[in-house]
Amino acid sequence: MMGDAPLLTLVIFLPLVGVLMILATRGDEAQVASNCRWQALLTSGAVFLLSLLIWYRFDPTTADFQFVERYEWIPGSSIAYHVGVDGISMWFVLLSTLLTPICILASWEAIQNRVKEYMIAFLVLETLMVGMFCALDILVFYVFFEGVLIPMFLIIGVWGGKRRVYAAFKFFLYTLLGSVLMLIAILAMYWQAGTTDIPTLMAFRFAAEAQTWLWLAFFASFAVKVPMWPVHTWLPDAHVEAPTAGSVILAGVLLKMGGYGFLRFSIPMFPEASDAFAPLVYTLSVVAVIYTSLVALVQEDMKKLIAYSSVAHMGFVTIGMFTMTTQGVEGSIFQMLSHGIVSGALFLCVGVVYDRMHTREIAAYGGLANNMPRYALVFMVFMMASVGLPSTSGFVGELLILAGAFQVSTWLAALTATGLILGAAYMLYLYRRVIFGVLDKDSLKALLDLSPREIAVFAPLIVLVFWMGIYPSTFIDMMSVSVDNLITNYKVALGHAGTAVAAR
Amino acid sequence: MYSAIVFLPLVGAIIAGFGGRVIGDRGAQIVTCGAMLVSAVLGIVAFWEVALGGKTFTVEVLTWVVSGSFEAHWALRWDTLTAVMVLVVTVVSSMVHVYSVGYMSHDPSIPRFMAYLSIFTFAMLMLVTSDNLVQLFFGWEGVGVASYLLIGFWYHKPSANAAAIKAFIVNRVGDFGFALGIFGCFVLFDSVGFDAIFAAAPDKAGMPFEFLGMQGDALTVVAILLFIGAMGKSAQLGLHTWLPDAMEGPTPVSALIHAATMVTAGVFLVARMSPLFEYAPVALEVVTIVGAATAFFAATVGMCQNDIKRVIAYSTCSQLGYMFFALGVSAYPAAIFHLMTHAFFKALLFLSAGSVIHALSDEQDMRNMGGIWRKIPFTYAMMWIGSLALAGIPLFAGYYSKDMILEAAYGAHSGVGQFAFWMGIAAAAMTAFYSWRLIIMTFHGKPRMSHEVLHHVHESPLVMTIPLGVLAVGAVLSGFVAYETFVGHGMAEFWGASIKILAENNSIEAAHHVPMWVKLAPLVVGLIGIGLAYLLYMFRTELPARLATAFRPVYLFLLNKWYFDELYDWLFVKRSWQAGLAFWQGGDRAIIDGFGPDGVSAVARAVAARAGRLQTGYVYHYAFAMLIGVVALVSWYLAFGA
Repeated sequence: MMGDAPLLTLVIFLPLVGVLMILATRGDEAQVASNCRWQALLTSGAVFLLSLLIWYRFDPTTADFQFVERYEWIPGSSIAYHVGVDGISMWFVLLSTLLTPICILASWEAIQNRVKEYMIAFLVLETLMVGMFCALDILVFYVFFEGVLIPMFLIIGVWGGKRRVYAAFKFFLYTLLGSVLMLIAILAMYWQAGTTDIPTLMAFRFAAEAQTWLWLAFFASFAVKVPMWPVHTWLPDAHVEAPTAGSVILAGVLLKMGGYGFLRFSIPMFPEASDAFAPLVYTLSVVAVIYTSLVALVQEDMKKLIAYSSVAHMGFVTIGMFTMTTQGVEGSIFQMLSHGIVSGALFLCVGVVYDRMHTREIAAYGGLANNMPRYALVFMVFMMASVGLPSTSGFVGELLILAGAFQVSTWLAALTATGLILGAAYMLYLYRRVIFGVLDKDSLKALLDLSPREIAVFAPLIVLVFWMGIYPSTFIDMMSVSVDNLITNYKVALGHAGTAVAAR
Repeated sequence: MYSAIVFLPLVGAIIAGFGGRVIGDRGAQIVTCGAMLVSAVLGIVAFWEVALGGKTFTVEVLTWVVSGSFEAHWALRWDTLTAVMVLVVTVVSSMVHVYSVGYMSHDPSIPRFMAYLSIFTFAMLMLVTSDNLVQLFFGWEGVGVASYLLIGFWYHKPSANAAAIKAFIVNRVGDFGFALGIFGCFVLFDSVGFDAIFAAAPDKAGMPFEFLGMQGDALTVVAILLFIGAMGKSAQLGLHTWLPDAMEGPTPVSALIHAATMVTAGVFLVARMSPLFEYAPVALEVVTIVGAATAFFAATVGMCQNDIKRVIAYSTCSQLGYMFFALGVSAYPAAIFHLMTHAFFKALLFLSAGSVIHALSDEQDMRNMGGIWRKIPFTYAMMWIGSLALAGIPLFAGYYSKDMILEAAYGAHSGVGQFAFWMGIAAAAMTAFYSWRLIIMTFHGKPRMSHEVLHHVHESPLVMTIPLGVLAVGAVLSGFVAYETFVGHGMAEFWGASIKILAENNSIEAAHHVPMWVKLAPLVVGLIGIGLAYLLYMFRTELPARLATAFRPVYLFLLNKWYFDELYDWLFVKRSWQAGLAFWQGGDRAIIDGFGPDGVSAVARAVAARAGRLQTGYVYHYAFAMLIGVVALVSWYLAFGA
């Protein structure tokens, strides 16, 4: 019955149906707020269940795009509404649809004003995120990619903390700069290749000279999103000012857009430039790992600390994918998924105490293990996952990335691996200051442990962290054919380039 | 059955950890101790079947990380080496579990403690039964976390929290090397499984390999990287600083983790990788030198400590040094033999110390003890047995294993072997000295504690003394009974393929033919050490203070543990902190933001302000500007247009 239903389109646009329902809600304020919460939760829950169908029906034996839909958009040009997923993008779709209901549930009590608009922003955001990961037309991709900025900008700017306007503009400025360059690059590609169709562009071979410029233009956009050092400074501010759920989506999904962009565009479309610029990426990433880990160590604000740790972890990701080894690329995709869950969960952990105390200052806490044992346990699980403890999701990604890096250069692997030590240092130090110690601050003594709603928020994430850590094959097997295809094509392209040079 | 040995402790931990509130303290104790005792009984059966019966096999559990040719599975590998380790771990752990019932009886979070202990045991068993490097790393990190949790068990104590973090991070430094070693193996052998690595190792001998810009021998590089991991876990010189601080944890933890099992994981790792180390002679020399230096260093520090647990901690560190230099001279069986005997007598010493601390209302400073041997005779006797075994007095376990190590070092007939031998002899004298210093300061002389404490002194309950008795049996018999099988004539048959020794490296065979004085030397220096301790602390009690004054710099150097902590704090902790602050305030705020978004927006605002000033609102200003514009346009047209 559902065999030929346009599954991806349904997943992409179902949240907008929820938006319409929310818009139609009338009544007194409290009633509306409550209705909106439920409508948003149910819609995003339905979207998640629907997206599980993609996973269920996905055929892991082929690297082709699946669930493809294509409709003419602008007649006379090749520009079309063209969507589909492969073993790489499917996981990001699922990550987005999983985190959205969790975010809505996490905002249940934290958001009290403009609830209706808040929920609309999140549902629109979901549509845009999922659409971006499914897009198979570069212009469609661009629209979704940039569109994501708008609800995020509003979420930070309207529901954020004290310096929210500064943070929102900084976020917007940084990401916009990259976008402009990317748009120019997209136009240039259209003129050269005569199409905006992503699968066609992946097979198209751009001239070496052009690849360099196009790569740099895309890099400007993706590097900001990842974010890579030194264009990372928007992230701590945006995280600190964003409401908890905003931080979760920001860390969980938005950062992955950059990594996904590298895998979908930079590497397959500009292989020679990717090969040439790989040392640049390694350098920036290694700096990110060491530099931001050290910065994280001295932070006094919980969210800032976790934000900086995100930059360091994403440094691992960019290293892994540019090694272009099976382990490196699979590791980097896995690390993105893991980081999406773990850092999202860590922000939720901060949110739990922020909702109670309204401060993110680390020094304001201490000894929470005494009266919040469940919270201490949950926090411990995610802290260990962030540190990369074997049997948690964080370990598998880091292990594979480092195994890939070691094949490229022992220096690269050794420098990156220092992140294992520094990562442990800042996370354990944070945990000690918040959870351990004597409970001597009066304001903390009355804090209640996790509520059933909060447990419901964390439970699926905990299950996933261990599932990904103990039996990662569920995830890796689905992506391996697509990744192999990516690497084979890359190697073939480089091989051609090599013979072309040799023939000259 | 073989899976049950490993997973029973996990089940116990989960039930006690999550169901603690339902089943209560007593329930948690029964569940974890029960699971552990069953596991220990099965462990003995497994030892019988695998080690003595010669059965070797692998139990596949689940696929784990598979990516391209990188394949790591959850699997339990059973051979003699594993069976010996499983025997040691399960027996000591079950005794410590039972002992904890008594020792922790006044603690408010008993289920949590028991769950941690069981989780630790599970991780340790995963470590020793692993059939690839990655699962070994899982166990390795798992015991690290359990150790972190247990050191910081009393989380209200800042010193305990600091010690826990220190332990974790120093271990991570070692793990950094270990992880690189795993990747090195993967690149070299295209596999992380033991069977594939061991089969291919001989072919890779002498292969060149570039590491961090240096040309080296591939196997040597990999072996040294793995050894760095072992150094961290086994607290060898340089990465030892966490072990003494780890004594902040409850005493049963010190006995189980920081004496008998976890810290010996490094020894196990090198023994497990013997087919690789055998082809990396330079790496073996490094192992020997580090081990010998640690044995000596830790013994010197142990002589000057006043905290009863720290003395034993340094003693552990020193004994691990012995095991390592045994590994370094290819006497792997001797190292594992000492690992086993040491596990029994050191756990016995720690638990006896715990019994003393328990009796003295949590006093740990030996300067506040004394004169209690009549009040706690059983503990006193246990302490004697442990010390006799540690000092290597004939018929006690340590005598067989430690002497074997020293003879093997001498028998290796190499420069590093000689170095290790003499360091070992010196350490043996000091070991005997500090052991009896401990006994005399703790039990003899005048009581130096307050009246209430003295009044309270009592022998520990049965639940604590029975485990002591069991371990004491091990400390007395394990050396004598196992000697022939482990390092004697039955050696080759017993170890089978689990340990590989090249024919030209067989130092244990050579050890059987060393001169008589070599065999006697450890005993003689041991007796001298004991005699000195009696002289200084029993008969001429004014001498230690006078010696300390006379050799004040030496004394302070030893008392402050060779200033390692101060050096590391200055070199690493302070520098990291400064770098972090500099990067944050200088890098992120001043440079990146200053020239980036903030700078750009400041410039934009300044330009806009200037532009805004032009808009004055006076009509004649605008008219004047228009006029100038017209003039300029016309003149430009006249000049260039025509």
